[in-house]
Amino acid sequence: MKKSVLIAAGLMTAGAAFAGEDAILSIEGEEFVTEAAAPAHMEYVDTIYSGWTFRTDETQALQTDDFDNPAFVFLDQAIDQWDTVEGSEGKACSSCHEDVADFAGLKATLPRVEDGELVTLTNLVNECVTERMGSEKWKYSGAKMSAMTALIAHQSRGMMMNVKIDGDAAPFWEQGKELYYTRVGQLDMACANCHEDNYGNMIRADHLSQGQINGFPLYRLKNAKINTTHGRFKGCMSNIRATPFKEGGPEFKALELYIASRGQGLSVETPAVRN
Amino acid sequence: MKLTRREILAVGTGAGVASLFGMPALASATDDLIAAFTGGAEVGSGALALTAPEIAENGNTVPIEISAPGAVAVTVFADGNPVPAVATFNFGPLNPSRGASTRIRLAKSQNVIAVAKMEDGSFQRAEAAVKVTIGGCGG
Amino acid sequence: MAKGVKPRVKVPKSASAGDTITIKTLISHKMESGQRKDSDGNQIPRSIINRFVADFNGQNVIDVTLEPAISTNPYFQFDATVPESGEFKFTWYDDDGSVYETSKTIEVN
Repeated sequence: MKKSVLIAAGLMTAGAAFAGEDAILSIEGEEFVTEAAAPAHMEYVDTIYSGWTFRTDETQALQTDDFDNPAFVFLDQAIDQWDTVEGSEGKACSSCHEDVADFAGLKATLPRVEDGELVTLTNLVNECVTERMGSEKWKYSGAKMSAMTALIAHQSRGMMMNVKIDGDAAPFWEQGKELYYTRVGQLDMACANCHEDNYGNMIRADHLSQGQINGFPLYRLKNAKINTTHGRFKGCMSNIRATPFKEGGPEFKALELYIASRGQGLSVETPAVRN
Repeated sequence: MKLTRREILAVGTGAGVASLFGMPALASATDDLIAAFTGGAEVGSGALALTAPEIAENGNTVPIEISAPGAVAVTVFADGNPVPAVATFNFGPLNPSRGASTRIRLAKSQNVIAVAKMEDGSFQRAEAAVKVTIGGCGG
Repeated sequence: MAKGVKPRVKVPKSASAGDTITIKTLISHKMESGQRKDSDGNQIPRSIINRFVADFNGQNVIDVTLEPAISTNPYFQFDATVPESGEFKFTWYDDDGSVYETSKTIEVN
């Protein structure tokens, strides 16, 4: 740890913007739900908040205009990729899918169970890339995949998060819930210790959110690029000195389903902007 | 040279971002640069507005805005960066407000200083202190 | 030419004569500061956009000198007065000698 605690201590009292009820996220004239009653399956939380509400005014502002939002640089790259022929079949995404806008609604319902398997948006894209385009699998949180999944998820912006958690999804959801509450790593912490017990509090100079994923994939100021849910989970696990699960692996997929379900009732914000 | 842990802490303030830039510059370097811009002329205040956040959530992207009606040029410095110069805005006849917004990098908490050269040859100065946070998990 | 450099600009399509309009510009660029080291400890050479110019019908609106302290994907927002219909020309100059240009027309009535 080479980072100083001196500044952090000074800021504990300065107070970041926990905008909560008074700030309204409006993007290009469209209003978003950033605060809602928690879904019935959440036992210990009454109200759910988008990560947007925990950020400072300046960071919040970046998301309110699609030109100001730096994520759109990457969405532009994905639009180019959409028409790029790749692999042995001589196909681009656009060879089969007329318009990316046809994917409106998809992100809101993912991950979901298909043929007994839990699948994420990344899985669906890679299925096309390998099986229909005859190309090499794209890296799970690589630049190409992050941008493409952000572009596809963006088509659902403004829709409500609505993943299925019963029926054949139930065992995966239970597994995700179990992971959410299981303490791991040298710091012996579970997701819940920060994002359920302490959201709204400061962790050093950072304002803890509820760890919602309705804005993912999203742009982080920290690394100036698109970040994926599994990439973020990995970062969290490293921070608590745990050995992260594999991106795209069964644990993170189950966790993604469970955390997505904790955001039922919030708008999809992709691509959001966070610190 | 061997540093104690405490010395490393002192030097490494904001190291997450500072490592991007190496050692911070001395404030006097900024003063020298301002003097070079003004030619040592007296510098007033009031006609140049500099807007910057009190607290920046990340030093990578700090939004700033300058506005100086009647200015021909505004130059911006960050006195805690290894290279204090940030940008110089030269305004043409079609820029009515003589202002602009951009996003800058700050290696650590420091002062952002703007100096404007006015149409009559006089100079104006504005300053804003920005605290750059070091994340808990974000950093 | 640096990889993946793409300019974006936002200019209103129309305005009234003498109106002040707001222009936003952004160019995707790493803005490598020259202060960073790679994993082997070697200095990564500076590679930035060092100048940005916006003109309208040949008259200058703004001419900016950029230093490495400008963030990744340089963004500028500024106002312009539009006396008549015409074309905005935006030019970015890269350290590597590349010049990126884009233009937008505006209808003034």
